[in-house]
Formats: sequence, C-alpha cells, structure tokens
Amino acid sequence: MSVVDYSQELSVVEGRPPLRSLDDLIAKPLEVKPNKKFYIALSITLSMLGLFVIGLALTFWFGIGMWGNNNPVGWAFDIVNFVFWVGIGHAGTLISAILFLFRQKWRTGIARFAEGMTIFAVMTALLFPLIHVGRPWLDGWLLPYPNQHGVWTNFTSPLLWDVFAVSTYFTVSLIFWYVGLIPDFGSLRERATGKFKKIIYSTFSLGWRFSNRHWHHYEMVYLILAGFATPLVLSVHTIVSFDFAVSIIPGWHTTIFPPYFVAGAVFSGFAMVQNVLIAVRKIFNYKHIITVDTLEKMNKIMLVTGSMVGYAYAMEFFIAWYSGVQAETFTFFNRALGPYAWAYWIMVTCNVISPQLFWVKKIRRSVPVMFVIAIFVNVGMWFERFVIVVTSLSRDFLPSSWAYYTPTYVDFMILIGSFGFFFTWILLFTKALPVVSMAEVKAVVDGAQPSHKDH
Amino acid sequence: MNEKILYSYTGIFDSPDAIIKATEKVSEKGYKKYDVHTPYPLHGMNKAMKLPPSKLGYVALVVGLSGALSALLLMFWMSAVDYPVVIGGKPLFSFPAYVPVIFEVTVLSASIATVLTMLFIFFKLPNNKHPLHDTEYMKNVASDKYGISIQAEDEKFNEAEVIKLLEECGAKNITAIYYDEEEINHKHKILEPKFIGFLLFTALLTSGVSYLTLNKILYMPPFNWMMEQNKLNPQSTSTIFADGFGMRNPVEGTVSRGYLPYPYKGQPEAAGTNLINPLPVTKQILDIGQKKFDIYCSPCHGYNGEGDSRLRGQFPNPPSLHSEKVRTWSDGRIFHVITDGQNVMPSYSSQLNADEKWAVVHYIRALQRALNAKESDLQ
Repeated sequence: MSVVDYSQELSVVEGRPPLRSLDDLIAKPLEVKPNKKFYIALSITLSMLGLFVIGLALTFWFGIGMWGNNNPVGWAFDIVNFVFWVGIGHAGTLISAILFLFRQKWRTGIARFAEGMTIFAVMTALLFPLIHVGRPWLDGWLLPYPNQHGVWTNFTSPLLWDVFAVSTYFTVSLIFWYVGLIPDFGSLRERATGKFKKIIYSTFSLGWRFSNRHWHHYEMVYLILAGFATPLVLSVHTIVSFDFAVSIIPGWHTTIFPPYFVAGAVFSGFAMVQNVLIAVRKIFNYKHIITVDTLEKMNKIMLVTGSMVGYAYAMEFFIAWYSGVQAETFTFFNRALGPYAWAYWIMVTCNVISPQLFWVKKIRRSVPVMFVIAIFVNVGMWFERFVIVVTSLSRDFLPSSWAYYTPTYVDFMILIGSFGFFFTWILLFTKALPVVSMAEVKAVVDGAQPSHKDH
Repeated sequence: MNEKILYSYTGIFDSPDAIIKATEKVSEKGYKKYDVHTPYPLHGMNKAMKLPPSKLGYVALVVGLSGALSALLLMFWMSAVDYPVVIGGKPLFSFPAYVPVIFEVTVLSASIATVLTMLFIFFKLPNNKHPLHDTEYMKNVASDKYGISIQAEDEKFNEAEVIKLLEECGAKNITAIYYDEEEINHKHKILEPKFIGFLLFTALLTSGVSYLTLNKILYMPPFNWMMEQNKLNPQSTSTIFADGFGMRNPVEGTVSRGYLPYPYKGQPEAAGTNLINPLPVTKQILDIGQKKFDIYCSPCHGYNGEGDSRLRGQFPNPPSLHSEKVRTWSDGRIFHVITDGQNVMPSYSSQLNADEKWAVVHYIRALQRALNAKESDLQ
C-alpha cells in the first residue's frame, strides 16, 4: 500500500496464485456449512424482512391511506425507494457491461457480485410500483394484453415506459448473469461430491463442456449482451427520470434530469457495491482477488460521478435563476432554505462534499475510510430522491394547496423492510453461488494467457 | 471392456502456451473433428483452431430489428386503429413517445434470442450425457488444465497415429474416452410412469390453483372490497328509513323525462276540443303510425281498423274505427282514447309516447279515408 506506480498496468489478481487454489477459495463458501455469524446476519435481515411483510399487509388490508402521502404530496416514499433501488442496480451493469467494453480487466473480481446486486436491487425496486397501486393483484393491467375491457395501455405515458424499461432491465440482467454463471456451474459440477449437489449443478450448467468451439460463440454472446446492456442501463434511469421530467412540476421539468439521474445511479450503485464487497472480501478472505487497487478504481468512479451529481445540483440552481421562471426560482430557494432544508443539506454534505475526499490518495486506498464514505453516499443518494420528490410536490404553484409531508410508521417499516429484502437475497447468494466469477478471474491471473512469443 | 464404442482420445497440457502449440499441430495435420477444452477462453485459440468468426451477431441483428418493427406496428395498431384515444392532444400515432418502448423491446428480444440460439441451437445444450462428462479429463479441464480431444469420427482418425501425435505434442494422461453403453442405448419412453405422474400433478395443481383463485380467493377480503360497498342496493332493506325500504319514492310532483302529466284524465270532450295534432302528415310519420298501430292496436282493431280482432273471442271485439262516430271525432278525441282508455280498452301510455300516439292518430285517419274515399281522392 506504500507506493503505487500508476504508469504500469497493475496485476488484477495479486501474487499469481495457482488456478486450482482460486477455485478452492471461491467455491469454499458453497462447500462448507454456514457458520454462526451467517445465521446471526440472516436473522437480522429476516427480521427486517418481517417488518416489510407486516408493513405490506397493513397497506393491502387498510389501503395506502396507511402511508403519509397526502394532497399534494401524492408520490413519496414509494417512488423515492423505487428510484433509489433501481439506481443501486446500475453499478452492476456498468461494471459488467460498460467496463467490459472498455476492456477493464479489474472488473472481473467484482463483476459477478455487482451483477447479483443489480438483480436483487431491481427486484426490490420492482416491488414499489407494484405495491403503490394499492391493489397489487391488478398489476397485470400495467401490461398491454388483450383484455375483456377492450382497451390498451397508454404508450405515451412515461410510467408505461418505466414498466417496459425496468422489466427489460431485469430480464436482460438476469440473462447476462446466468450466461456468466454457466461455466462456473460446470466447474462446481466437477467439484461436487454429493449426489444432490451434482444434480443441481449439472442441471444449471446445462452440460457445459469448456469446449473452445463453445467459448468461441460464448465470447461473442458476452460481447453482444454487453453491447445491449450498455445503452439499456443508460436508458433505464433516463426513463425513470422521465417520470419526473415529462411533468410540469417546478424542479422536475428540466432537461438535465436524464444524465443527472444516470450519474447519480452509478454513484449510489458503486457506493453500495463498495460497502458490500468490503464485507465480502474480509469474510471470505478474497483480499488478493478483490484488491485495494480495484477498490481504489471504484473510488475514482465514485469521485467522477459524485462530481457530476454536484455539478447537476449547481446547474439546477443556475438555470432556475437564469430562466427567470418564478415558480422554478422559488422551488430552488425552497429546497435550500424551506421546510425541507434539513434534507437538502444532508444530501449536499453526503453527495457533494464527502466524495471529494477521494482526491487524497491515502483516503482512496484506506478501506475503513472508504467504507464510511460509501455509507454517506448511500444516505445522501436516498435523500436526493426524497428532496426531488417531496420538496417539489409539497410546494408547487398554488400556495393554497401547499402541505408538509410526514411519513408514517408504515412508510418506515417498508423502507427498512426493503433493505431486509435486499440483504436477505445477498446473504443467500453468497452461500448459493460463487460470488466471484471463477472462469473470468482465472483468465486474468498473470500467466494464464498464452505469451504469444512465437506468433 | 466388452466392445465399447470409442468416442475420442484425449491429452492434457499444463500451460496455455503448450496447448496452443499442440492445437496448431493437430490443425495442421488436417484433423477436423477435434476440440480443445480450457477452463476459460484462451486468447489466440480461435486462430489456432482456424474457427471462422461467430455468426451469432446476425441472430441479434435480425431478431432485434424484427422486435423493433413488431413493437412499432403493435403500438400503432393498439393506439391508432383498435382503440383510438386522444391523449394530451397528441396525434393518435405519436412516434416520439414510442421510441422508449421500441428500444426496450429491441434489446429484450435480441438478447433473449441470441442467448437461446447459442445455448440450444448452436451448442445443443442441455446435454449432460456427452461422453466427456464424468471423466477425469473433464475434472481437469474444468479447473486448471488444458485438454485436447480428437474424435474417432474424424476421417483421418487412426488410433496409433493419434496417440503418437499427442505424445509428440507433450500431452500427459493420454486416455481413450468411450461412449457410455447405458446412455447410448437409453430410449426415452413417453409413457414412463414418472413422466405421466408429473403431467397429472401439474395439471391438477394448475387447475386447482386457478379454480381456487378465480372462484374463492377473489371473493374473499380484501380482494372483494370493490364489490362489497357500504351502499344500499335496489330491493334491499334499510334500517335508516321508518318504512324499511332501501329504495325511496321520488319527491311529490316529480315528472319523468319525456312523460308529461295528462291534464284531461276522464274529460273526453275537453280533450277533443283542446288537443290539436302537432305533427304534420308526412310519409315518415305515417310509417311510424302504421308500425305502432300494427303492433299495439291491430290485435283487437284489426290491420284495417274494422274491429276484426285476431284474438278469437278471448277478448271482446271492439267496434269499427270506420263508424260515423269515430270519423267525426276530432284528433284530440282519438288521442284521449289511446291515452286514457275506453270501456275495456286500457291506457296505452306506457307503450306509446305522445308523438307516437299522434302518429297513430294520423294513420287511423289514413285508414278511414282509404275506406271512405271522396270523389276528389280519385284524381
């Protein structure tokens, strides 16, 4: 950790370990019985999940009147949580697809885990649009299917685009993830000792044979999927931002929203990946696979996207003044100085100021410090969505219809519960599937590729 | 070793450089049906095996474009043809708003199609019965070794030569792989009890769950809360009102739409003098009159109004409408009979509205004139 020479390309995996030892290490959590710590962690997340279930049961039985939403704040925690969780997912696709296209080898150690997080985060996010309708058993009406009413969905509505964007995103992420997992299922199948395990891994590996005639097409598919996932991930948060930008509410009706939302999504997603990976590399002893160099690179991305978000905040204020639109100007004064000023300044502190510490190399390479900063970023990004949604709605054009929004206990149960839902999946994932891609990591160990001396 | 069928000869290599060299040699010798197995894709291996570029990109292109086109056409048909609704003053076919959905459908269809094509058409997976499975060779190449396998199917295959070639390349653990007797002789029977049982179980489960959901669960709270509301339905009793009726009588003096109260009830003479037929005599009105007369009046009065009832004495025959008396009645007087009834004839107010009654009166006049035509009518 002393001196890093940035002019040389760093080894992705430290110390040139034998390939079989990597297999052993990555497959270990799947082959040993979970220890006490795992059960303690699982009981905590399951308790949180229990809160979620109770919150949802209250909501479905008594209706969404149990939430704090009022008139004019008709959208509140439900959409805040939705945007937050979709955003968390974006880091995974960025790492697995965009960094793949840019040939960033350091992504291999973290890609599998980040993709898994994408899937769980999008699953969590998808719950919110489904529950906020109040009668979730009628959610099928969101899709254009031939029905007895004879009507179709409204294709000019951003909310419908959302349905398509998020469900496509989930499906493509899942396919991408599974395609990446097939060779690993093959390796696990060959390692499996129990009959039951062998059947499961054989089924999921589809009988993968590590044949180069297969790898040949496999690499092409991986490239194609990465090529599709890259515009897809940009489109998803763009469309999520359209939910706001297409309306005429001051503070929402701005063209900066799509890039600003995408940057924010990547920012918060990297913070979440960072937090969870730091725990994973410590618990499973992956310090030479997920190296400090990798974490440092992630911090650099957080610095870049954090600065983009900060720029967007500043630009919103500038445009509010420069446009001369009274309602717009008022909205931004109101954000910084109005009744929700506390939320606004939490957001600015966490999102704009804290990532700037990453300019310092020592901080960038210190694991405990980056862990704390990543938590700050997560908190800040949740508050960013809260500020956007609630301040704009609670005080729009007519002062006679202003109202202060206060969340209820059910809102908080669902918020905490959504974290329980997400982390329960994460915990089960670490015990059920290899959290690092075995095939990909082995391919980037020093000496794993032909030297091409005589070619 | 009783007559096993040979699948291939395999050799194991320790380093990526060695396997690349060996592959180049095998390829140069002209073998076609051989394969290299590596735990991860090796750079330069496709070149060594002389594999042409993968054609999967075309699948993505074709399916993606079809997906885009189908999405566009479907949205056009749904919102501009099948159920056109103007939303926000936008044109029925508003292309810019369709772009996000077109994009998503393109990505979704192309991704799914490419992956499925690769796995199931190109690779013919799932295939857990391949001879290479459950061998020491597969265990090695799945982890940290690199292997080459030359198949017996190859035209140039010759056991001794292949072994020699592999040895020359420096391969270790040169082994023959045989087909598994059981696996090649195994035939899938469609009537296997396990399979039938599985089908039955699935059918029962699906139908049971659908039945319960559609007939029971959806009628239980909270799913039925839109159906059962705190309101009084017609014919239900009420505890709020003293008379116990859920339905209320209209306020006194309420008049239903289209039915004005009749002021000459029981006063035929007053009606005859005061009421005047407001309708002109036109073909259209006479047609309405004829239609209504034929439906409501003709059963007793006969099609021509001569009192020739079709009821065969089950109801007393009325007098003819062509009598001197009726012919000299004013239009209002006839209107009064239709409205108020006369002798055994009931009121026809619930069958005919005012305009229809007047039209019937015109038609009766036409009938009377047809049977008692004047000289002038002949011209």
